[in-house]
Amino acid sequence: MKVIVNVSRKEGVLDPEGQAIKSSLNNLGFEHCSDVRTGKQIILNLDQNNETEVLKQAKKMCEELLVNTVIENYEINILKD
Amino acid sequence: MRTGVVIFPGSNCDRDMIVALRKITGKTPIKIWHKEYDIPNLDLIVIPGGFTFGDYLRCGALAARSPVITSIKNHISRGGTVLGVCNGFQILIEAKILPGSLIRNNKLLFTCRETTLEVQSCIKNPFLSGLKIGECLKIPVAHNEGNYFAPEDLLKQLKEEGRIALKYVKQKDNEKNYNPNGSTEDIAGILSKNGKVLGMMPHPERAINYLHGGTDGLKFLTNCVEQIIG
Repeated sequence: MKVIVNVSRKEGVLDPEGQAIKSSLNNLGFEHCSDVRTGKQIILNLDQNNETEVLKQAKKMCEELLVNTVIENYEINILKD
Repeated sequence: MRTGVVIFPGSNCDRDMIVALRKITGKTPIKIWHKEYDIPNLDLIVIPGGFTFGDYLRCGALAARSPVITSIKNHISRGGTVLGVCNGFQILIEAKILPGSLIRNNKLLFTCRETTLEVQSCIKNPFLSGLKIGECLKIPVAHNEGNYFAPEDLLKQLKEEGRIALKYVKQKDNEKNYNPNGSTEDIAGILSKNGKVLGMMPHPERAINYLHGGTDGLKFLTNCVEQIIG
């Protein structure tokens, strides 16, 4: 089963990369773009078919390694074929 | 005085740290490979700078899950002393040995230059206790993710517990870029609750010879060794 983990910075955590992208977009004429936040996507392939178990495992992976919960939020989605 | 330097794939300041510690203690520190579970009793363990595991995922994240971290945690629970420099600080944070987070420098620039650090009034610790509060040390930094971030409640706790050890300071009133990374309250280094673990972004091992441009790093490390020997 394929799992997509989306990791984003928490509200209030500085995102200098997002700010640099925003200022570049503004320079290109997209003046209405008032904020940009960046994040990352991690795609996992798990040899498991039980959805509940897959979600449980993915959550454990996030808490133990994939996410720094001090500054990041995460969202887990199962990719359906 | 028995010291050890931890080496991960991608550590690159290990040799400089070994040279510095040998110069001060007269003994060569032992090298501790990241896969080791058993490490001997040491008076000081240093986690040096570098780009462990290519800084993949987050700086220090993969190193912080290496076998040696369990041994380091055991060393700390026995009251042992640990110094983490630069990537070593990032590893201590990722291993949850020190709190908070080190995020991207505010100007998105890798910063490599000398900084001025001020010794803060903090709890008793083997790193700074021999130095004066307010004393300034010139020690270089070289990092991309050294912007210390702590949520407000944690920051308050760190202040109350006297765990902010080093701050970047101005040398002149009009100096603007004295803080190389935009860290909260100009924090450059923090201590563990018991004061025995220090994480700092600046590299003392890069200021141990007049040819480096200064010897304040030597002063800092010599003080650590003297404090530990007692």
